[in-house]
Amino acid sequence: MHPFTYTRAATSEQAVRALAAAGPGARLLAGGTTLYDLMKLGVERPSHVIDINAVQELSGFDTSGPRELVFGGLSRMSDVAADRRLVEGYPALSEALWRAASQQLRNMASLGGNLLQRTRCPYFRGGAPFACNKREPGSGCDAIGGIDRGHALLGGSRSCIATYPGDFAVALVAFDGEIDVLGPNGARSLPVEQLHRDPGDTPHVETSLRPDEVITRIRVPATRAGRASTYHKIRDRESYAFALASAAVGLEMDGDVVRQARIALGGVATRPWRAREAEEMLRGRRLTGRAAEEAGRIAMRDAQPGSHNEFRIELARRTVADALTIAAGRA
Amino acid sequence: MSDAEGDCGTQGLPHPNRREVIAAGISLPVVAGVASGIAQPASTPAPERIPLRVTINDAPYELSLDPRTSALDMLREQLSLTGAKKGCDHGQCGACTIHVDGRRVVSCLTPALQLEGRQVVTIEGLAPSSGELHPMQQAFIDHDGLQCGYCTPGQIMSAVACVREGHAGSADQIREYMSGNLCRCGAYAGIVAAIQQAAPRMGG
Repeated sequence: MHPFTYTRAATSEQAVRALAAAGPGARLLAGGTTLYDLMKLGVERPSHVIDINAVQELSGFDTSGPRELVFGGLSRMSDVAADRRLVEGYPALSEALWRAASQQLRNMASLGGNLLQRTRCPYFRGGAPFACNKREPGSGCDAIGGIDRGHALLGGSRSCIATYPGDFAVALVAFDGEIDVLGPNGARSLPVEQLHRDPGDTPHVETSLRPDEVITRIRVPATRAGRASTYHKIRDRESYAFALASAAVGLEMDGDVVRQARIALGGVATRPWRAREAEEMLRGRRLTGRAAEEAGRIAMRDAQPGSHNEFRIELARRTVADALTIAAGRA
Repeated sequence: MSDAEGDCGTQGLPHPNRREVIAAGISLPVVAGVASGIAQPASTPAPERIPLRVTINDAPYELSLDPRTSALDMLREQLSLTGAKKGCDHGQCGACTIHVDGRRVVSCLTPALQLEGRQVVTIEGLAPSSGELHPMQQAFIDHDGLQCGYCTPGQIMSAVACVREGHAGSADQIREYMSGNLCRCGAYAGIVAAIQQAAPRMGG
């Protein structure tokens, strides 16, 4: 592992000041489940690490408010997943958390860090002799035309087809979640949907966060669609695996007619993927099996398969359709 | 209680164990590289060391660590607590599971310095007293919850936490909440049965 210097921050302001002082090459350490893993692989080579685990003001969460749910950036996945109000009122958010990773990792991983989880593309993680534009900008992409079974069907570019691996961000995008960030020039907020960037020609630039910003809070507007929701995740094995395809769905219903649908896809795209055309098609329609299947087809209409991942197009269509059916059953 | 009880710090170990004997048979420079979990060219200057105060199995330790050191490497290579196993070293197998402030974590992805001021329990500190087994340890014996045994310390630490969390209510729930612990011998049926036996005996 590349050597680094190590300091601890006690407040978010301290963390931001330390980031600014250390300059490029500094990283915040929260749960460490992505960063420390990638440091062992030599993918991440920070020169300075700022441990923020002692920052108390970032660690809590509050799901009792009438207007919005608020999660500190350092709240842990396992704690939030088990929150009774979330389990009952927003099952999609809870399921997106407990269906990710293992309980050990969820005890460690922070929500803010989870949003920034980096791709599991084996060419990215493995490094030489394989080319990866994310790892070494300009070096090429050996996943394109390579073993691309797990790679993105939506949002890929000529430079990168790496799948965004996270689950919680997908559910947040479906529910119009926002993040609050703190930087040297103060605080700002942005929709989670604007956090992750399309790879384009610069796949190494993954988010719209600046290098000296810290995620302080995640906020989700309260909605009736929370109750009739699910995060449906299809994997190679029943538990403890990344999604082959997943769908976060929330519904507001009038009887069996859809007033408003929220649909986001995971495991199949380069970033959390909101399926707005499918949502629009469902508005005002009875949620029959056929309507659900049509929503799945529309959601995957722009899919671009590679050599080994075409089967996941049909899988994702059916994942969306099943998620709609599960969510409707909770209305 | 562990055989490394007390302050052995980063100095020599109290007595040779199997690991040292095996290591001595290879070569000392290699062992030194393994001990810090780091391979680096000889020309690299010595990395900074940072003090760490941590309680492990009820014993206080004061250490001075290279910040790259994982909790797993600290336990195994510096404190001779070799119960936690290095399987994948990337958080994928669960063989290194320990408890930090009562919560199960994978020690391979825990930078040791994150343990500052915390209470750690490893498999060596699980049994109530010497000669007596924790109910989960006994249950693994009773139900053949192992074959080769390599994953077993991680399985047991994870299983104890699984019960305490309230996630051992059914066989399905146990399978879901134990999915972070892989057993390549395939002793899963015995492991689930062991947890179902131990759960009521743990008062959970």
